[in-house]
Amino acid sequence: MDTNKKPSHARIIFAYILLIILTFLCLFFFYILVVNATRSHSQLLRGFSALPGGYFLKNFMNVANDGTFPMIRGLVNSLIVSGCSAAICTYFSALTAYGLYAYDFKLKKAAFTFIMAILVMPTQVTAMGFLRLITKMGMYDSLLPLIIPSIASPAVFYFMYSYLQSSLPLSLVEAARIDGCREFGTFNRIVLPIMKPAIAVQAIFTFVGSWNNYFVPALIIQSKDKMTVPILIATLRGADYMNQDLGKVYMMIFVAIIPIVVIYLLLSKYIIAGVTLGGVKE
Amino acid sequence: MKHKKVNYSKWGYIFILPFFVCFFIFSFIPLLDTIRYSFYEYYRSGLKEIGPTFIGLENYKSLLQSDMLKYAANTFILWIIGFIPQIVIALLLASWFVDARMKIRGKQFFKVVIYLPNLIMASAFAMLFFAIFAKTGPINGILESIGVIQKPIDFMRTTLGTRSLIGIMNFLMWFGNTTIMLMAAIMGISPDIFEASELDGCNSRQRFFRITLPLIRPILAYTLITSIIGGLQMYDVPQILTNGQGSPDRTSMTLIMFLNSHLKSRNYGMAGALSVYLFIVSAILCFIVYRMLNPKEESR
Amino acid sequence: MKKRLVSAFLVAAMAMGTLAGCGGGNGGSDSDTQGGGSASSSDEGKIINIYCFNDELKTRVNAVYSKVDKVSDDGSTTYLTDGTEIHWVQNPNQDGVYQQKLDEALGNQATASDDDKVDMFVAEVDYITKYTDAEIDVAIPLEELGINPDTDLADQYEFTKTIGSDINGVQRATTWQCCPGLLVYRRDIAQDVFGTDDPEAIGEKTKDWDTLAATAEELKAKGYYVLSSYADTFRLYSNAIPEAWVSSGSTTVRVDQKLLDWVNDSKEWLDAGYFDPSVSGQWNSDWYTAMAPESKVFSFLFPAWGIDTQIKENCPDEGLWGVTTPPQTFNWGGTFVLGARGSDDEEHIKEIMLELTADSDNLVKISQDYLDFTNTVTEMDKAAEDDANFSSSYLGGQNPFAYYAPAAKEVKMAPLSTYDQGCVELFQNAFGDYLQGTIDYDKAKENFETAILERYPDLTDVQWPE
Repeated sequence: MDTNKKPSHARIIFAYILLIILTFLCLFFFYILVVNATRSHSQLLRGFSALPGGYFLKNFMNVANDGTFPMIRGLVNSLIVSGCSAAICTYFSALTAYGLYAYDFKLKKAAFTFIMAILVMPTQVTAMGFLRLITKMGMYDSLLPLIIPSIASPAVFYFMYSYLQSSLPLSLVEAARIDGCREFGTFNRIVLPIMKPAIAVQAIFTFVGSWNNYFVPALIIQSKDKMTVPILIATLRGADYMNQDLGKVYMMIFVAIIPIVVIYLLLSKYIIAGVTLGGVKE
Repeated sequence: MKHKKVNYSKWGYIFILPFFVCFFIFSFIPLLDTIRYSFYEYYRSGLKEIGPTFIGLENYKSLLQSDMLKYAANTFILWIIGFIPQIVIALLLASWFVDARMKIRGKQFFKVVIYLPNLIMASAFAMLFFAIFAKTGPINGILESIGVIQKPIDFMRTTLGTRSLIGIMNFLMWFGNTTIMLMAAIMGISPDIFEASELDGCNSRQRFFRITLPLIRPILAYTLITSIIGGLQMYDVPQILTNGQGSPDRTSMTLIMFLNSHLKSRNYGMAGALSVYLFIVSAILCFIVYRMLNPKEESR
Repeated sequence: MKKRLVSAFLVAAMAMGTLAGCGGGNGGSDSDTQGGGSASSSDEGKIINIYCFNDELKTRVNAVYSKVDKVSDDGSTTYLTDGTEIHWVQNPNQDGVYQQKLDEALGNQATASDDDKVDMFVAEVDYITKYTDAEIDVAIPLEELGINPDTDLADQYEFTKTIGSDINGVQRATTWQCCPGLLVYRRDIAQDVFGTDDPEAIGEKTKDWDTLAATAEELKAKGYYVLSSYADTFRLYSNAIPEAWVSSGSTTVRVDQKLLDWVNDSKEWLDAGYFDPSVSGQWNSDWYTAMAPESKVFSFLFPAWGIDTQIKENCPDEGLWGVTTPPQTFNWGGTFVLGARGSDDEEHIKEIMLELTADSDNLVKISQDYLDFTNTVTEMDKAAEDDANFSSSYLGGQNPFAYYAPAAKEVKMAPLSTYDQGCVELFQNAFGDYLQGTIDYDKAKENFETAILERYPDLTDVQWPE
């Protein structure tokens, strides 16, 4: 390694200061959340404290034992919806990206332009019509309408497409064909593994987005045993403002983020390694 | 051989079919519905349903006369407050993280941490912010005890305060996400190019502006576009922080909050027209960005 | 632009067809309350769906309804002795989700299968007119259910019956509770400032606005605040308006002088330093903090539920609070029960309504167990005298009913309109900005106009008093 152009000390120090400030900001909120989840309602009202209180277990039991409030069920539902969404979203986006990248066909350019055009469509724009349609199709109050539409995710597609452009030489596809691979086989056995880093990044993004989505589930889910975590939290905060227990609310939020934090931390090494190994070349 | 070629293009169609079928059913049909109703007077008053009555462009006209443009400006301001620090910090971090000569201890740790805020639900995040920046909250407590201020600041009651808080929240939630994206892009640049630039005597600033930035343009475009869409769709954070009122003086009212208030009153006609405006605006913005950053499709 | 009322309503028209036959007040057997046209059997349905936004009604029905057999573990189903099940469909009030889901369900009433139909639902005073509307007819008039309001509900407070009636005076909703408000004050602060915490003596200091202002001055001298914020007094003013916000058939919002009085008085009091500057609005943590024992706020204006669920929740210590006469009588809240048009369980609806809202033993039980001030004039008058059974250790041994009962008789409800919820919310919000000094008076007026016309597209203009 050439050492003649070493970054100056000032830059390094600046980098450290900035990183430490940012890290502090990022972790600060988790800390506050944890602290608040360990304090009782009346303690919370008495103002802010930097030290945890002794009500962690009590708050947790309050949340877990509330019969009207199916916490476990909610977490399971959220896991199902987010997991399935992440899986089918990344798979089909990769498939679409590969279809447009590796094949030549008449409508190719039109299809690409079309997807780029709908990339900008805000979800809320179609919300009313979506609700009416779902009701007509008999899928109101079921988890399916939360999962299936993620097949068509233009943003994820665009990311995958950029990735393919940089890291999949078409010669590889040709070679696979010569080896007698079927088209789907080529995709599943050769293309997908190459796309792993891109899939990892988008999977976690999709998972998190779906996990935290309130807007669409609030429209579609009605019965208690199908509610996802964000609706449960809204129910907890909204339904009973008559006897609001802030300790319980914070505990629920805390419980709700545990699974994604764990999943993220488990995958993070892979994701970040994946990103840095593969990279999106252009 | 000719036969085979036809076969291949068939596969292209098959591969993109699920996407299009799904889009057609779950987005396109509802979209048509939305567009259709935008030409109707159609809402509920209490439980009474008024309309649908065809009124042409009436909804579009009355939206232009309403405060829509003000809300658009609010949305833009709120977005830019969050986006500028977000993109600057993300570029900085991404370039440091991938720069092998920048020896930062715990790089791995920092990379993991920066994405964490994105995991919290926006609504929960807004709730925490609300508690921390309350008049009796810790921020005021700290500022008072070190003597910076005499009286607690009511952040949520001033335009600047509310807007800054929303901006900071958006920044914190999204800078990690952007950093990861940009890192992926910069890692993709061939090391040969950097080496060559070094031989030519580039310093790190020149290298960043002359080489890194131009080369990651596509991902930069992607980041900008997704961020613009995200910004246009800004909803939860201001909604919860200002209790849906966009207070004070409606300066934090965003377009989607406006749309939502129409959805709430079941004003399908007006909501439809507003949606169409939103769609057009976002399309134009994204087209401009796309053109700006990809002057000519150049391959590699 | 003339607004047209094209389809009068979704449910009603069709549901009317099936039920047109059963007017009259016959509390007859199961089969003859059903009109002839019902799609399935003529028996009472086996499932009663009750839409609600919290578990208030559920706990009270479970406690007093004579047919309750057992409640499922998660509380979502109540099994009755006759084999019928009550399914509680609970949706949060937040973001209007409750009303949205209810409206949706009522809209599908004609096509839903019998077991999915809404049978009963609850509504709060703020928006009850939306559901008691005569023309829309989603709520079954009590007489059609076989309840005669004049005899069966004779002991209820008159104003609750007015709230539950449509424009023609046909009663469609009834309630077990009644929410006259009182001034709830801190005994320790009273001792400190006035040397006494006796409710009667304090009542002399809070009986009207001018006296209360003088009292506020005294409190201020010792570093206390008379009330937490101007939001606390809003209900008292808005309860006293002589005309509805929007009168029937009109599309004009008329802002009453009383509301501008609230703005001006609030400004005066705020500038004078009578309110706690760290509190703005209600239902937020600053407000809750103002109820905690360390707070410097002397009093709150609350009905019975406010003491039980707000003050007690935030200040569990007993004996710290007392109640006394408010500067003006007012009513705050009240959950009403309604029978949904199209229901196949009319007999059960009737029973639940009567047992819950007209049975004096049950009402007394609810008063004792849940501290509601219940909807029975004679029993509440008795309770006012009965210190042995109704005094509250939380209120330092005071019997609050002695203050509630006379207050309830004096309550005069302002005429209601469908738009009240939005008017009240948006008015406070617009002028809250003014009171906080963010915008000037005219801007606040303008903001209110913008907001209200955005919320209700059928309204055309706002009229301000001269």
